[in-house]
Amino acid sequence: MRTFKLGGVHPADKKISKDAKIEKLPIPEVVYISMGQHLGAPAEPCVAVGDKVKVGTLIANAAGFVSAPVHSSVSGTVKQITAIKDLAGKPSKTVVIEVEGDEWEESIDRSSDIVREIKLGQKEIVERIKCCGVVGLGGATFPTNIKLSPPPTAKPTCVIINGAECEPYLTSDYRVMMEYGEQVLIGGEILMKALGVDKCYVGIEENKPEAISHLKELASKNHPRIEIVKLKKKYPQGGEKQLIDAVIKKRVPSGGLPVDTGAVVQNVGTAFAVYEAVQKNKPLFEGVLTVTGDCSNAQRNFFHRVGTPLSFIAKYCGGIPAEAAKIVSGGPMMGKAVVNMEAPTLKGSSSILYLTKKQTLRHQESNCIRCSKCVSACPMGLEPYLLNKLGRVGMMDELEAHYVYDCIECGCCQFTCPAYIPLLDTIRQSKAAVMKIMRARPKK
Amino acid sequence: MSNIIIFTIATLAILGLLLAIVLYIIAQKFKVEEDPRIDEVEAIMPGANCGGCGLAGCRAFAECAVKEGLSSIYCPVGGNDTMQKVAQTLGLTVEQKAPQVAVVRCSGTCDKRKKTSVYDGLATCSTIASLYGGDTDCSFGCLGRGDCEAVCQFDAIKVNPQTGIAEVDEEKCTACGACVKACPKLIIELRNKGPKGRRVYVACSNKDKGAVARKACLAACIGCSKCAKECAFEAITAENNLAYIDFNKCKMCRKCVIACPTGAIHETNMPPRPAPKPAAQPVAKPVAEEKVNMLNN
Repeated sequence: MRTFKLGGVHPADKKISKDAKIEKLPIPEVVYISMGQHLGAPAEPCVAVGDKVKVGTLIANAAGFVSAPVHSSVSGTVKQITAIKDLAGKPSKTVVIEVEGDEWEESIDRSSDIVREIKLGQKEIVERIKCCGVVGLGGATFPTNIKLSPPPTAKPTCVIINGAECEPYLTSDYRVMMEYGEQVLIGGEILMKALGVDKCYVGIEENKPEAISHLKELASKNHPRIEIVKLKKKYPQGGEKQLIDAVIKKRVPSGGLPVDTGAVVQNVGTAFAVYEAVQKNKPLFEGVLTVTGDCSNAQRNFFHRVGTPLSFIAKYCGGIPAEAAKIVSGGPMMGKAVVNMEAPTLKGSSSILYLTKKQTLRHQESNCIRCSKCVSACPMGLEPYLLNKLGRVGMMDELEAHYVYDCIECGCCQFTCPAYIPLLDTIRQSKAAVMKIMRARPKK
Repeated sequence: MSNIIIFTIATLAILGLLLAIVLYIIAQKFKVEEDPRIDEVEAIMPGANCGGCGLAGCRAFAECAVKEGLSSIYCPVGGNDTMQKVAQTLGLTVEQKAPQVAVVRCSGTCDKRKKTSVYDGLATCSTIASLYGGDTDCSFGCLGRGDCEAVCQFDAIKVNPQTGIAEVDEEKCTACGACVKACPKLIIELRNKGPKGRRVYVACSNKDKGAVARKACLAACIGCSKCAKECAFEAITAENNLAYIDFNKCKMCRKCVIACPTGAIHETNMPPRPAPKPAAQPVAKPVAEEKVNMLNN
């Protein structure tokens, strides 16, 4: 069975909500659609207060090369365009829409028929994906169209669809594979056509045997060019560089792009969104979200309209449990703590996870005993203990010499550290500082 | 036996002499001419090597002063006295600058600004700022983890554990600006120290709308512009829901302090207020005197 070579850890599995079918979440009365839902420059609103919008109406244009347009997820009237605090309490520009009915743009094909034939050409597919505001739904929300237009020096050879879902608790990708497997595979075919390659892999971890057998069956029926790869269970297998290493056994060079190895990685959710954008002309305004946690009142998966307040979803699932000490959006390893439950969901929102006090308690930090557990755990081959020390005294040149910029912030080092040193906290800080220095440097 | 000793001593002596001559010739040939005034100026400098002037340290300042003059550089630590001495040494003239002090523009103490979340990660302000808005509802205010305290070389700024916000000891503060750069929330400002340390400033950086700011912190500036209307000298501007007092225009009449509904405007080292009388003269007069004093200093 394949997996990546370096490092990795084995957090508990905890896929409690894996058997809950994806339900449609009701539409709230007011939605808050953020302009900063993707990596890069926030989108620029193109609607005014008082404008009537339908489901799927363009409400903001991409502002720059790395950016994505934003579409309305409901029909109604634009009430306000203002700064609203996101889940981390930081203000972000938001279009507030009051919901009236549920009227969709006529151009969207709402039927549930599966469209297999790909009519659009290579360039048109990328253009459609760009116009529909599709972004990577694996966590980084990087605009998909940029990944599908690699630099002329790179020669893509295959598409890898990321179904690893290595984070504990999360089950949204698993449910999409189980219920919309055919659409995901057609999404894979579209991605292959867009890149002009004829090989596609779907990497799935061994803890999802049903998904593996289901997709294998579908692939053998209609998609001979798609290969389902069973992967060992190990975190962070869903990381782009790790997945490439695991599936095609090639390492991304330090400072290089993943496409340098010939592979273009897209998440299962992204493949589904690509299918809907290209075959159904449906912009990305809906996502799959898991509500879970050991103490959660409900274990459910939902299609949520982008901009639904987290508190609305929590209330729909029976409220915030009393034992919940921390609420996380995203997985427990890389997700973000929620401080503002009034914040809306984003395109990339994958979960509301309730953690108990015992699960979140941080222990008192003690001295590093140089056991090198962090070094063995680092999937990028870095030396976290050293980066931590250098970061605390601000030795930027040394940090750069030790490849701090290669850190993928997976948190394996901090997870294994027996001295409870906040390694990731310090490394993330130093990485940001070093990247800033590197970007300010004149280019050769 | 004695021969060996004499031979050894003689050899070493000759060797030493030869090498000394070689060293002397090299030293003459590759002599570095350095302006002796650089050393003189460096001796005058405070020697804190804090970088407050924007250069690498006191030696770099001295070199720059000798080469390029004093028009573009200023030592905030030494202040006008040091600058005067440096100018005398170099035979130049120097402009007098009003002494400055670091001011923390936040008054959200623990009792006024309630904590809304618990943060237990790495306890530095920069880490918190990179992760989220902070452990209170105000995403602009002091985070109280002491990044400023860590960079201050003069022991002048400290986080008060009672109030949870940074406080400046104005006796010790040299206005080197290290804390200004270290604060991730950009709430520390260098302001003119003012005559006898008297200052009036808005101790808040919250740019949220009034209601939101007020909900997060009882001492927040709500951008009501009452102070700006009260000010007779047009020293106060209220933009982005936040008032700002221009210290060059402020005449320290302190009317804004009374007008502020949340107490976000602070005054320091002020004498007790005169009994409220309608006549404006008793207030205006001492201000004029102080202005003269400031220029004399």
